[in-house]
Amino acid sequence: MSPRALTRLEPASTDPSQIRNFCIIAHIDHGKSTLADRMLQLTGIVDDRSMRAQYLDRMDIERERGITIKSQAVRMPWELDGKTYALNMIDTPGHVDFTYEVSRSLAACEGAVLLVDAAQGIEAQTLANLYLALENDLEIIPVLNKIDLPAAQPEKYAEELANLIGGNPEDCLRVSGKTGVGVDALLDKIVRTVPNPVGDPSAPARAMIFDSVYDSYRGVVTYVRMIDGKLQPREKIQMMSTKAVHELLEIGVSSPEPEPTKGLGVGEVGYLITGVKDVRQSKVGDTITNNAKPASEPLKGYKDPLPMVFSGIYPIDGSDYPLLREALDKLKLSDAALAYEPETSVALGFGFRCGFLGLLHLEIVTERLEREFGLDLIATAPSVVYEVTMEDGKEITVTNPSEFPTGKVKKVLEPIVKATILSPKDYVGVIMELCQSRRGSMIDMQYLGEERVQLRYTLPLAEIVFDFFDQLKSKTQGYGSLDYEEAGLEQGDLVKVDLLLQGEQVDAFSAIVHKDKAYAYGVMITGKLRELIPRQQFEVPIQAAVGSRIIARESIRAMRKDVLAKCYGGDISRKRKLLEKQKEGKKRMKMVGRVEVPQEAFIAALSTGEEKKGDKKGK
Amino acid sequence: MAQSIDLGEAMPPSGALPSSVIEDVESRSWHGYVHIPFCRVRCGYCDFNTYTAAELGTGDGAVSQTAFADRLIAEISFSQGVIEKAGLPKRELGSVFFGGGTPTQLPAGDLVRIFEALSDTFGIAPGAEITTEANPDNVDEEYLQELRAGGFTRVSFGMQSAVPEVLATLERTHKPENVPTAVSAAKSAALAVSVDLIYGAPGETLEQWRESLRAAIELDPDHISAYSLIVEEGTKLARQISRGQLPEPDEDLQADKYELADAMLTDAGFAWYEVSNWAKSADRRSRHNLSYWQSQDWWGYGPGAHSHIGGTRWWNVKHPAAYVQRLAEGVSPAHSREVLDRAVRAQERILLEIRTDSGLDIELVKAVNPDANRVIAAAIADGLIEPAAALHGRIRLTLKGRLLADALVRDLLG
Repeated sequence: MSPRALTRLEPASTDPSQIRNFCIIAHIDHGKSTLADRMLQLTGIVDDRSMRAQYLDRMDIERERGITIKSQAVRMPWELDGKTYALNMIDTPGHVDFTYEVSRSLAACEGAVLLVDAAQGIEAQTLANLYLALENDLEIIPVLNKIDLPAAQPEKYAEELANLIGGNPEDCLRVSGKTGVGVDALLDKIVRTVPNPVGDPSAPARAMIFDSVYDSYRGVVTYVRMIDGKLQPREKIQMMSTKAVHELLEIGVSSPEPEPTKGLGVGEVGYLITGVKDVRQSKVGDTITNNAKPASEPLKGYKDPLPMVFSGIYPIDGSDYPLLREALDKLKLSDAALAYEPETSVALGFGFRCGFLGLLHLEIVTERLEREFGLDLIATAPSVVYEVTMEDGKEITVTNPSEFPTGKVKKVLEPIVKATILSPKDYVGVIMELCQSRRGSMIDMQYLGEERVQLRYTLPLAEIVFDFFDQLKSKTQGYGSLDYEEAGLEQGDLVKVDLLLQGEQVDAFSAIVHKDKAYAYGVMITGKLRELIPRQQFEVPIQAAVGSRIIARESIRAMRKDVLAKCYGGDISRKRKLLEKQKEGKKRMKMVGRVEVPQEAFIAALSTGEEKKGDKKGK
Repeated sequence: MAQSIDLGEAMPPSGALPSSVIEDVESRSWHGYVHIPFCRVRCGYCDFNTYTAAELGTGDGAVSQTAFADRLIAEISFSQGVIEKAGLPKRELGSVFFGGGTPTQLPAGDLVRIFEALSDTFGIAPGAEITTEANPDNVDEEYLQELRAGGFTRVSFGMQSAVPEVLATLERTHKPENVPTAVSAAKSAALAVSVDLIYGAPGETLEQWRESLRAAIELDPDHISAYSLIVEEGTKLARQISRGQLPEPDEDLQADKYELADAMLTDAGFAWYEVSNWAKSADRRSRHNLSYWQSQDWWGYGPGAHSHIGGTRWWNVKHPAAYVQRLAEGVSPAHSREVLDRAVRAQERILLEIRTDSGLDIELVKAVNPDANRVIAAAIADGLIEPAAALHGRIRLTLKGRLLADALVRDLLG
């Protein structure tokens, strides 16, 4: 491919009329990253030789999972009708958990490419993001991707898109990110239809932070969209919320590698580096201005995202606690939704209670902590926030099931969500069954076309944080998609189930569940632990209890034999080394009273996965 | 002997020992082990350092069984030099043990000749115990008489089981009916008799084990060893189990069998003195084996044999051909060695001495584990050690404790 624009516009002196800021809204694996790859190649900023798949997804996890977690902004030159433009593509995450990141990216754009897989049609969360984009008054460009697929049905889905956003099915562009077909037409259309940014070049500088990344070499890298005025290297800038002043060490654009520039002007998108190392000094949502000539009004800030799902995160090796704290501090910089505070567990030692946007967010954060910081972690079962009112009128907020009060409880409020599920009509039955079993109540059901149905339910958040999405996927053979939004609090008939090992409560396994499900939970967790905890030198009763009432009981029979039969002259060194190895293994055990519980037992018992089928012997 | 470990440091070619071996030498007795690495066939469960004639080959580089005694005698004279150079005093041997392999694959005259070399080199203490392991199939009265006349005092028969199905699983080829004949031949040769049993072969029932115990008791030996079968990696048995052709041994059933053995042997007048060993009386215990658990000094002669002198352990190269060649070159046949520091020696004493009925001095545990008292109290509460002995400063295992000795040692070591 040869680039159309042979010269690039100089950042800091680009006329806003030649700038287009857009993002791509797409469902996970509808091909957004591949389309972005083609744009990078077509505009010539990445040559064919250095091209790699999903170029912009920097983190290993992103590339492996095929999803985007961090948004990025890339500046690309494009020429149309003899005029050169600078296109800023802001890559957005596509998963339901990351709605907040999407909303930040959207606020930096004037247009959005609505990218839909021509073989699958629109999905629930794409609808949610589309809604957000329309709320932000973005110009929407509907695009069907993967038209090279034999299963593609562009006519059908163009119709569906036209129904949703208005306009004609013919207006829907057809592209293939894989082959590159139609990508140039899409870039042309972006130039034609996306409005150029508007701002006051002579006003005091105002730049909106829409992302912030910690880079171990360069410190905090902050991504901004200039609204008014301009920023230049070496000038003093001010964070408007904290009034903190920093020097601009570097300012530039990503193309797609960082390129320092003489500054950024109205409507431009780029990055800046101030040498700030402390993660909390570059707050997402803040407005940056010039310290000498500050703006009077900050830009409308972003909503601080509220964590919905909580989990305790503990280092397997207790001495890693300070490392974990440091790692969380660093992640927090690039992940504004991550909340955490120290907590102590009898079973797991020192750790943090962390708040997440959802389950995927939890998984990604723990995976990043393990991978990027080399930590071995245990994450407790995810839970939600409960508002408990006691008989005496005292109100308690519970984010950790083990803190659920034991006295007389008057009522418990739990968070409720409004869930939207999209699926082919054949699966309506199983979806309804699933929602019913999760205490859901249906709001409505409507057909999006002949084949596809949208179901809306209210569901307790606690019922979907665990494995709802996995269940939905497996019951609909992967076709079902889910989006949800908070819908306030509702009273629930909830109890706390405790787990006792040899009579001692193991706080990590406490769970708050609906009264009718307490028994099933008790049976499940005691059974699982019976399989996972090795036999000890004494019998270990495992009990599940609601208050003082035992609802399920298992027991691990005492181990009876643990001795090497032969220990003669030639066996001694080997025997000693074996003991040393066993002692090492013991270090990876957590002591609950006198019971040695392997870390793996905690991880496996708390994991959402199916129980292993293998029959363990001798229990 | 089981497979030797490969970890350790190099042994100097001269075989020279560190000066630390002399410390406290007067408190330790001196013993000899002789490894005969030959078997007629290899049993399915066995991972010992032993070879069949076919495995040792026939062409150049083949190891001759007939000349093997001379090679061992070469190591005996090599050991004399090493001991003298280390400044160790000349000590008479308190016991000698011929193991394998199958020592009785060699003619009795070879065994006697090796023993004589030891006797000439070091001298034999009065009342010393001189044992050989024997396969009930390849000894007769004449053979045993020849051993007795040559100075042997004791014979240990690999009986393993009295049940043909169990022997078949173990791939033991001897005929159970040969055992009583061999035992009475040994008795008439005035040799003390021990029999070895193995329990827990895949598929063995508790009843079959009872039958083996009964048969062993009926032989009226002086000593019985009963070993729980260990499925060693790399053996044919391990492969059969991993392929699902044989069931995995059930540890609970093994525990039942141990308890049955202890009950029947106690009833028959035997007393346990080590986890897997019972003797008719105190003087019929294996003094040689006790020397291992008491961290005495011994030299192990032969391929793969382990030695220990004053906190230095070493082990010979395993293959007979390599062994023979080293000695021919006048070089130490040791593969590698470990010089143990004080802490490791203390650990070893704990893990070895706890196995015996005289037990372990609590002070030893306190020296390595500041939390010893808590662990000991828990062991008393769990019924693993005798409360009265503990109150008098010793750890002695109860029956339950013998079955959980390794778990207890891990706790004691902290």
